[in-house]
Amino acid sequence: PALTPLPSTPLQDIRNTVGNIPMEWYQDFPHIGYSLEGKKIYKPIRNKDELDMFLEKMENPDYWRTVQDKMTGADIKLTDEQVDLVHRLQKGQFGDVHFNSYEPAVDFFTHEVMIHPVTNRPADKRSFIPSLIEKEKVSKLVHAIKMGWIKPRKPKDDTPTYYDLWAHEDPNSILGRHKMHVPAPKMKLPGHEESYNPPPEYLLSEEEKLAWEQQEPAERKLNFVPQQYRCLRAVPAYSRFIHERFERCLDLYLCPRQRKMRVNVDPEDLIPKLPKPRDLQPFPTTQALVYRGHTSLVRCLSISPSGQWLVSGSDDCTVRFWEVCTARCMKTLPVGGVVKSVAWNPNPTICLVAICVEQSVLLVNPCLGDKLLYGATDQLLESYVAPEEERVQPVQWVTATMEEHGKGVRLIVQHSKAVKQVTWHGKGDYFASVVSDNSNMQVLIHQTSKRWSQNPFRKSKGLVQCVLFHPIRPYFFVATQRYVRVYNLLKQELTKKLMTNCKWVSSMAIHPGGDNIICGSYDSKLAWFDLDLSTRPYQLLRHHKKALRSVAFHKHYPLFASGSDDGTVIVCHGMVYNDLLQNPLLVPVKVLKGHAMTLDLGVLDVLFHPTQPWVFSSGADGTVRLYT
Amino acid sequence: RRLCILKGIYPHEPKHKKKVNKGSTAARTFYLLKDIKFLLHEPIVNKFREYKVFVRKLRKAYGKSEWSTVDRLKDNKPSYKLDHIVKERYPTFVDALRDLDDALSMCFLFSTFPRTGKCHVQTIQLCRRLAVEFLNYVIASRSLRKVFLSIKGIYYQAEVLGQPVTWITPYTFAHDHPTDVDYRVMATFTEFYTTLLGFVNFRLYHSLNLLYPPKIDGQADVELKPVEGKEYAMDSESYLEKLSALSASLARVVAPTHEDEVEMDEFPVEGETAEQMDARKKEQEALEKHKKLFEGLRFFLNREVPREPLAFIIRCFGGQVSWDKSLCIGATYDVSDPSITHQIVDRPRLEQQVVGRYYLQPQWVFDSVNAKLCLPVADYFPGVLLPPHLSPFVTEQEGDYVPPEKLKLLAMQRGENPDEESEEEEEEEEEEEDENDKEEEEEEDESEKEEEMKLKKMEEQKTQSNKALPVKVTAGKLRLEDKQRLEQEQQSEEKRLAIMMMKKREKYLYKKIMFGKKRKVREANKLAAKRKAHDTAVKEEKKKSKKARRA
Repeated sequence: PALTPLPSTPLQDIRNTVGNIPMEWYQDFPHIGYSLEGKKIYKPIRNKDELDMFLEKMENPDYWRTVQDKMTGADIKLTDEQVDLVHRLQKGQFGDVHFNSYEPAVDFFTHEVMIHPVTNRPADKRSFIPSLIEKEKVSKLVHAIKMGWIKPRKPKDDTPTYYDLWAHEDPNSILGRHKMHVPAPKMKLPGHEESYNPPPEYLLSEEEKLAWEQQEPAERKLNFVPQQYRCLRAVPAYSRFIHERFERCLDLYLCPRQRKMRVNVDPEDLIPKLPKPRDLQPFPTTQALVYRGHTSLVRCLSISPSGQWLVSGSDDCTVRFWEVCTARCMKTLPVGGVVKSVAWNPNPTICLVAICVEQSVLLVNPCLGDKLLYGATDQLLESYVAPEEERVQPVQWVTATMEEHGKGVRLIVQHSKAVKQVTWHGKGDYFASVVSDNSNMQVLIHQTSKRWSQNPFRKSKGLVQCVLFHPIRPYFFVATQRYVRVYNLLKQELTKKLMTNCKWVSSMAIHPGGDNIICGSYDSKLAWFDLDLSTRPYQLLRHHKKALRSVAFHKHYPLFASGSDDGTVIVCHGMVYNDLLQNPLLVPVKVLKGHAMTLDLGVLDVLFHPTQPWVFSSGADGTVRLYT
Repeated sequence: RRLCILKGIYPHEPKHKKKVNKGSTAARTFYLLKDIKFLLHEPIVNKFREYKVFVRKLRKAYGKSEWSTVDRLKDNKPSYKLDHIVKERYPTFVDALRDLDDALSMCFLFSTFPRTGKCHVQTIQLCRRLAVEFLNYVIASRSLRKVFLSIKGIYYQAEVLGQPVTWITPYTFAHDHPTDVDYRVMATFTEFYTTLLGFVNFRLYHSLNLLYPPKIDGQADVELKPVEGKEYAMDSESYLEKLSALSASLARVVAPTHEDEVEMDEFPVEGETAEQMDARKKEQEALEKHKKLFEGLRFFLNREVPREPLAFIIRCFGGQVSWDKSLCIGATYDVSDPSITHQIVDRPRLEQQVVGRYYLQPQWVFDSVNAKLCLPVADYFPGVLLPPHLSPFVTEQEGDYVPPEKLKLLAMQRGENPDEESEEEEEEEEEEEDENDKEEEEEEDESEKEEEMKLKKMEEQKTQSNKALPVKVTAGKLRLEDKQRLEQEQQSEEKRLAIMMMKKREKYLYKKIMFGKKRKVREANKLAAKRKAHDTAVKEEKKKSKKARRA
């Protein structure tokens, strides 16, 4: 159905009441503007859908000349003139049909020069005199040239950009700078892994790739992930190429350069040339016997001067006497306390053992070996006659009761505090004991034959770890935590103070010659002192991995041993020469293993046989072992 | 900073860092006072100042829109030269050659930059020109030694007057310019490097009696003329392009005399044995042979292969090379030329193949150059799985891991031909294995049983011997072994004890060295294990596929 044109009402003249406003504002409303009466002027109803439009397009012959008036929303059919105008404008012609754009041209002026001027005005004065402004300008320029502000153009230099720079190589031009100059190292040449088609083993596996990604970029060994491409065509551009060149530039001008001497030594050359252990025999090499019987850690060992009997003290409150050759336990002596230290009297004519049990030192006659010998010892002890006047003593000497006497205990020296260590003088009459105390009563020296004790020190110089008598001369060694002090007993003065360079000394032993001392410490060091040389250690040996518990010298052979918490005993060859100029020779010869680790403790005490090159060791596993 | 770069001044690490740094240990760079004083004496400092002033004046003139002033200033633009710095830094030519690596790499990188943004167009053009000139020199002197296709780019190593010069060129793709790179630093470096490279090129060209700037040889020029006339209007541009085509030889100052290659006189050096002389002679011969590797071969490059590197390499070793006319100027012959011996192709399959030439993948060229001999072509046909491409820069020391391909190559260089045999053997083995498979399975069961029996017997023997130990006398043989082992043990124990006696510092050093050695061994073992696993996997796959085919 064709749409009937709007009825021509008088209202139609009023084209639009809203004025010149964007019509979009009324887009969503059904009306456009208001009439004089204030009523809405409705848009013509447009309810045409696509189908209607299409039908209209097909059926209405004037569809092509119908346009919508946006102002009113009505459809308007263009007249023929209007259509013609549109056509003309489209072609770029004038809108007016009657306008002739090609009218003949009319000259207003002639092109010929006339003899009479158009105006008869005379020429100005200024056209005859020189221009002031120009003069000013010129003078400025002249001034500038005079002052050298304006320079003539530089002549183009026609020297070639490149020429033979090194035509005359002058050896004098090599300055000191060039000798000092450190040339930048060249870039590292690429390896197989950088190839675009590397052998398969160079490709990273999944885990390696993950690890690579998690590493810091600076820590990575390769700064790229090796990759494989099937053909050259498939290789992409490397995205970090510019980065790498830039980093190289930065390295070149920002990195400090330094000549570094590369250590180019054969590692085998570093190993010192030592005499072969085979040439230094005899020394203990294998475990020969195990003395079983103790049920707890064996803290201390001692051996009879003849080398036939061995005594061991343990945490199970017993002291056991063994026969060395057969590993038989000859005797067990329950003492009722933890045994901290045992010491066999070094005098071969006396058969007496000092045992530290809690606050007392027991002097025990083990009644082993020659009957005459131990009988004589008993007699010696009984021959004591008490002095008339009682002297004040720091300790109490008590004779053993009958019951104890039966067990072998002869004398009891009762201290005020727990006793740590006991050690005999070489002659076998005196012995020293160490009390764990902070006062000056830490070290006491006792005389057995007179049953008399004395306190040699007036002042305490630190916690005493162990004490030792010099085997020949009247010297007395006291090891505190960090120092070893040497006292002359005759003159009663301090002769030397040895710095151990250790944190905490655990044990000490003296060379039978008397000029050398070794100190074991809890920080796993062993210090060898040469008393003639200096107060500092001649050598510090760090052989053990854990704390040293004890050290020992052999009486005759040039051997010393150290036992440690790591369960090993290291036997070293320690040759001391009579020639003063020659330094002692220290060579480790054997690492002996055998003790099981118990409670993080390994070897607690080591001891050499007095005559044979055998070493005993007692461990936390409750055994005593003999290495021969 | 710019001065430091140009003059090659680098920081120093002070001996007492804390003392110098007034007690703090913060990271700082320290220059020698001497160096800084040295910088102050440099005349170029004044030039830099002048330039700064010039820029200021120019900006002012622009601001006031005084165009005549601008023109005048531009006419008097101060310029500076780096010649004297080059001469000062490298008093001898050999010094300059030693430092050429970075210069070349940088120039090659800059010559691939786009002509926009980032840096001056002139710099890029200059870099390109210098790089091409250098390549032409290498071709003319035939001094290329090694090439390597890495994932980063292509490495080349040439021997220029006895100095190894290595440089890397990126693959020809557009760069994605990173933002965290200071291009000014790079530009300063490039400025210096181009000056250096220019002088070096000049000297190198003159050492070969070539014209500098290079001119293309007359004959070749005539051939190229028609092409040039049609397609390229600008003469200067076409000149560089022709040069970069690398296909024509260069004009010489003196007409090339072919008697140039007079046998070198032998100067017997005193104290050198005949053996050394022989070795040297042999080396020389090998080098000559290497230089003429592709002599007489005619190559054709398909359009998908990178033209420039391949043309460069082939020409370096005396081969003739051409490419499609539409690809680049300088093509000397067509695809249909029957005299072509090798065509380099990088696509999986080729529709029409011409009889009488090898179709090869580009890797063949690279591998052949590195192997110093023309490798068998069978491994490099199009579509074939390529053998791994190995780095020629690695020389394996004793104890290092050597990939099996390298071993094969070394054997081939020695003149043996283990390749075919081993392959045949492998195949045979495989076949045999396949045949034996079923039998083996049966056998395996049997063998397992047998093994069990053996084990039982052994155990019995052991128990017997244990029981009989106190009585029996052990056999002599056993003892021998024991002795050896004991000796070994003793030795190792001695060593351990000796190590215990080492001084602290030496011990530290020794431990470090040993650790390094052990790590090396570990890495080599790891690679070997990986390779083994890979090989077995491949083999099994092969077997499976074979079986599948049979079934």
